[in-house]
Amino acid sequence: MNPILLSRLQFGFTTLYHWLFVPLTLGMVWYVAFFQTRYYQTKDETWHKMTKFWGKLFLINFAIGVVTGIIQEFQFGMNWSEYSRYVGDIIGAPLAIEALMAFFLESTFLGIWIFGEGRVSEKVHLASIWLAAIGSTLSALWILLANGFMQAPPANSFIFNPVNGRLELVNFFALIWNLKGWILFWHTISDGVAMAAFLILAVSAYHIARKQNLEFFKHSFNVAAVSGLVAGVMIFLGGHTMGQYMAEVQPMKLAAIEAIWETEQPASFSLLTIGDLSGKQEVWSFRIPYAMSFLACNNFTCEVKGVKELQANYEQQFGPGDYIPLMVVTYWTFRIMMAFGMVMILITAFFVWANLRGDITKTRWMKWVPWLLILPYLANASGWILTEMGRQPWIIYGLLRVEDAVSPNLTPTDLLISLIGFAAIYLALAVSMIYLMKKYATAGPDAAMHESVDVAPAMVGSQD
Amino acid sequence: MSYESLQILWFVLIAVLWIGFYFLEGFDFGVGMLLPFLSKKDEERRAIINTIGPVWDGNEVWLLTAGGATFAAFPHWYASMFSGFYLAMFLLLVGLILRGISFEYRSKDAAPAWRKRFDWMIAIGSFMSALLLGTVFANLARGVPIDEKMMFTGNLFTLLNPYGLLGGLTTTAVFLLHGANFLALKLEGELRERVNLFAKKLWIGASVLYLVLGVFTYASGFWARGIIDPGVIPIAAVAALLVAGYFINQKMEGWAFIMVAANIVLTQVTFFSMTFPNLMLSTTDPAYSLTIYNASASQYALGVTSISALIFLPLILAYQGWTYYTFRKRISTDKKTLVY
Repeated sequence: MNPILLSRLQFGFTTLYHWLFVPLTLGMVWYVAFFQTRYYQTKDETWHKMTKFWGKLFLINFAIGVVTGIIQEFQFGMNWSEYSRYVGDIIGAPLAIEALMAFFLESTFLGIWIFGEGRVSEKVHLASIWLAAIGSTLSALWILLANGFMQAPPANSFIFNPVNGRLELVNFFALIWNLKGWILFWHTISDGVAMAAFLILAVSAYHIARKQNLEFFKHSFNVAAVSGLVAGVMIFLGGHTMGQYMAEVQPMKLAAIEAIWETEQPASFSLLTIGDLSGKQEVWSFRIPYAMSFLACNNFTCEVKGVKELQANYEQQFGPGDYIPLMVVTYWTFRIMMAFGMVMILITAFFVWANLRGDITKTRWMKWVPWLLILPYLANASGWILTEMGRQPWIIYGLLRVEDAVSPNLTPTDLLISLIGFAAIYLALAVSMIYLMKKYATAGPDAAMHESVDVAPAMVGSQD
Repeated sequence: MSYESLQILWFVLIAVLWIGFYFLEGFDFGVGMLLPFLSKKDEERRAIINTIGPVWDGNEVWLLTAGGATFAAFPHWYASMFSGFYLAMFLLLVGLILRGISFEYRSKDAAPAWRKRFDWMIAIGSFMSALLLGTVFANLARGVPIDEKMMFTGNLFTLLNPYGLLGGLTTTAVFLLHGANFLALKLEGELRERVNLFAKKLWIGASVLYLVLGVFTYASGFWARGIIDPGVIPIAAVAALLVAGYFINQKMEGWAFIMVAANIVLTQVTFFSMTFPNLMLSTTDPAYSLTIYNASASQYALGVTSISALIFLPLILAYQGWTYYTFRKRISTDKKTLVY
């Protein structure tokens, strides 16, 4: 088997998996910090219970993010050694700073938060969840600045050093003021908040539909509906900005997302395009005139470059090669992300409205709400597949190709062992995580009030 | 600062990160490996896990930071070592994953089979991690085949040579002892007594392995191929380990812990001074070795990361130190006080 393909599969799989859990952590930690702050201010026991219950679910999810994150720190070197040599001078800095500034803060203070209740003062306990939240958020910022460089390297941040044949950092501030990184950060954090909101909505709806702990879950539901709506709108604004910026820095990705073959002025938006099996040729499409110009540059008549012209331009600039990403993937992941994102906004808006209008605990649709949890996960995964596969064949846009980045010494056997090994372990992790999540989510808030599961036999169905 | 002093500074900083990791996570690995053997009773096992519960994750970040810092400061070292030691790294990651998830999930379900499974995963994960780390470091001391393009030309079995395996076993034994000493400081009652008996036996094993490794290292000439002579540091390391035996016998737990910790720290200092200025010594041709000069990042990048390290490392030491102070009390087997 092809080692490049295996390395890509492994990186894609382990990163996407890691990224199923991290956005929830990024969002949930702020909810828990908010609940605990309200408890600290009001001494109202409901806020305390909310802190404990949602905090428990947060921790079960967090653990997977932690253990699958270890791999991320090493696999650039393991599978992408030539990438590491070529760009380590630049990418290494945000990763090292991420560890120093964010990982230590997050892990140390989360340890204090988990074990500290009753051992440290209430104020310190509250501060520790805030510091953990700040640590998680900072870690997202640094890794996305690194990713931002790979998507759209700011021209004034680096030079090519011909002596040792690599890129070198010359302006750190140009690296960290990379607009692409900050848009990704905005989009990602609001996505995390929305994902956490949908988890809270789903679990709350489960209990409301069963008429359990109505006050507690109604309260949780409302907080999540309002914040989920705000986050949904924020995601949309971030995404729209990203699309327009993409027209500037990654025109090929934009054209591939929208299945624009020929350069058009004004450009039409494809509602549905059917391509051939290669995913790179169009067979039939249905289009809305002018709409694409508006999405790309906020006016109805601007020119949007098509795949064919861009391919010709790239060939001229970088030599012969295939510079078109797998369009069947970029096209459909974009539409899944967009559609689900829109549905999330509409649904949370509906929840807010329903709550203003009457008693949501008496509604009939409540029992269907838990199924909505799939939306943010699919939208999020599609978005990242799009972002990463959309920049193919580049690992660093316009500077380094994926095929030149892979570790040359790895054999297919090495890669199969690690790929199958990680897949097996990750499957087992998912099974135990879903089991625990379900158990604690359905057990309700009273069970989560105890530090230890032993004290709450009803929750675990055990006499221990 | 001059380019060379930045390169030296980063060699020292990465050494500090590894030393911090060995010192802190060393006892976490030891505690993890001892877990299934110290007790069969659930509340005792929980007490054992709770001794490191609040800190293990923060300790592991020393490893992640060492990885990130290596990437930033010596990209070629990062690239050659992790791609070269690919399967060893894979197994190390597997060990760390098994261990980490088990700490968090083990006590979240009361079924005995569930808990037993995670207990063994903690032990096996800790064992794999300790063994592989020791093997990797012994190979770095010994030298590995590297070609003119800084590429490692061996495979997993290249690392599993007698010296590498001896290094792995010794590290495992010393971590076990370190873990037992830590537990003796953190537990109370009958469990504490039992740990002391374990520590006595482990001390014998660790000392024998350590001495064999030391003699081997000296006799084979792995000793002073760099430009620094470790001097009396390794002798002090041996002395610390031997003296630890006396303190364990006297049940002076604090001193026993300090002495084994000193042994771990001094051993790492010896390792880094033995190799300086090499990062990865080539057995193919010494001229192909990765050094702090040919593997480092640019002067500007080293400057940027130096500033952030000098700001954050003191802060990290302060708040992690404070955590240990906060959780300084001994852990009892009283269920009401146990978290994990």
